[in-house]
Amino acid sequence: MKVRKNIAISENGFIFNPLTGDSFSVNETGVFILQKLKEEETIEAILQSLMDEYELDTYTAEKDLNDFLSMLKSYQLITND
Amino acid sequence: MTKRKVTVAATGLNNIDSPGPGIPVIRGLKESESLDVRIIGLSYETLEPGIYMEDLVDKVYQLPLPTAGSSVLKERLRYIASQEKIDVLIPNFDAELHNFIKIQDDLKKELNIATFLPSQVIFDERQKSELGKFGEKYGVKVPESQMINQVMEIRKLEERLHYPMVIKGRYYDAYIAQTYEQATNFFYKVVAKWGYPVIVQEFVTGTEVNVTAIGDGKGTCIGAVAMRKLYITDKGKAWSGISLEDDELLEISKKVIENSKWRGGCELEFIKTKNDEYYLLEMNPRFPAWVYLANGCGQNHPEALVKMALGEEVQPFTEYQSGKMFIRYSYDLIVDIAEFQKISTTGEK
Repeated sequence: MKVRKNIAISENGFIFNPLTGDSFSVNETGVFILQKLKEEETIEAILQSLMDEYELDTYTAEKDLNDFLSMLKSYQLITND
Repeated sequence: MTKRKVTVAATGLNNIDSPGPGIPVIRGLKESESLDVRIIGLSYETLEPGIYMEDLVDKVYQLPLPTAGSSVLKERLRYIASQEKIDVLIPNFDAELHNFIKIQDDLKKELNIATFLPSQVIFDERQKSELGKFGEKYGVKVPESQMINQVMEIRKLEERLHYPMVIKGRYYDAYIAQTYEQATNFFYKVVAKWGYPVIVQEFVTGTEVNVTAIGDGKGTCIGAVAMRKLYITDKGKAWSGISLEDDELLEISKKVIENSKWRGGCELEFIKTKNDEYYLLEMNPRFPAWVYLANGCGQNHPEALVKMALGEEVQPFTEYQSGKMFIRYSYDLIVDIAEFQKISTTGEK
């Protein structure tokens, strides 16, 4: 999964999609995941980083990550390729 | 760099909640880096706010209403030209364009006033009622639509267009009808205001995106900036918007401008569907009221228009900044009654 071309993500969690004109705010965890996606890390690697960083069990981390990813997808912020 | 002095006349000074493009066009011209522009405002009503914006509009003359016809307009412009040396005239109202197109050659020959308008043929081609043919001819998707003169015809169209459907006036106004009853109500409402025919259009769902563009009339698109409305007034006007980076939308827009050899400024209104398809809803034959955003993004379209009207070659803009927003606001001008009196009694100020 990749962050779409030209999506701007600021350090404080403000996201701007220049294709649609939409803007969003995400929390610190959201920025953490988006940065990893931007660096083109695999979902498995992001899941592991999330568990390590926030001391989460696999079930919780996986559920939260999947929820967040489907939300990003629905707002056209990430693509599958 | 020394700026070249140019006098430009512009209409559309009605900078109200449903604003005309005059003031944004003038702001663009005043910010030109190569032209020192004196502005002659042309008004229709005495309370158009632009009349009283003395930092933007240097002198104002009232024009006869478009319904008076082109010869009355020409007569009035002859008088104005005897008072002011106007180099370029930019009409900014849909309703007046027909008259200006008609007299554009005479204005140049007799009064040496340049305009930069499309021909009557191309102007007519993009009329709302001709949108289907326009889409086919210039290779752009448009919603299915049908012109009707009788309310009964809505029934016949129900099978093809389904509800909701859009009921539109010939020049202005559009209503979304969910039922036959609503459609008939809107039909009469539109007829009362804009006359026949009424346009019934397929309702395409998606996000509205708009493009302000300018063509050189020879098949080159000189500039195009895409925008999405962020805040819409109850009249459907953008009160805030943001510039987009949408390559496909710009490609489609350029194709329309290039294929139609559009001359002058225009606004293209599209719907982008969930499947990323673009449907052209309307092509307005003049700059939109949000054209100043293009200037804010790095493309000064009014300046380009003036230069082309003066016969200069203008290089097409190749880029602009996305993520630039415009936010409109209302503002009270305090004006002495003497100013109002001047324009009301003498027709100039």
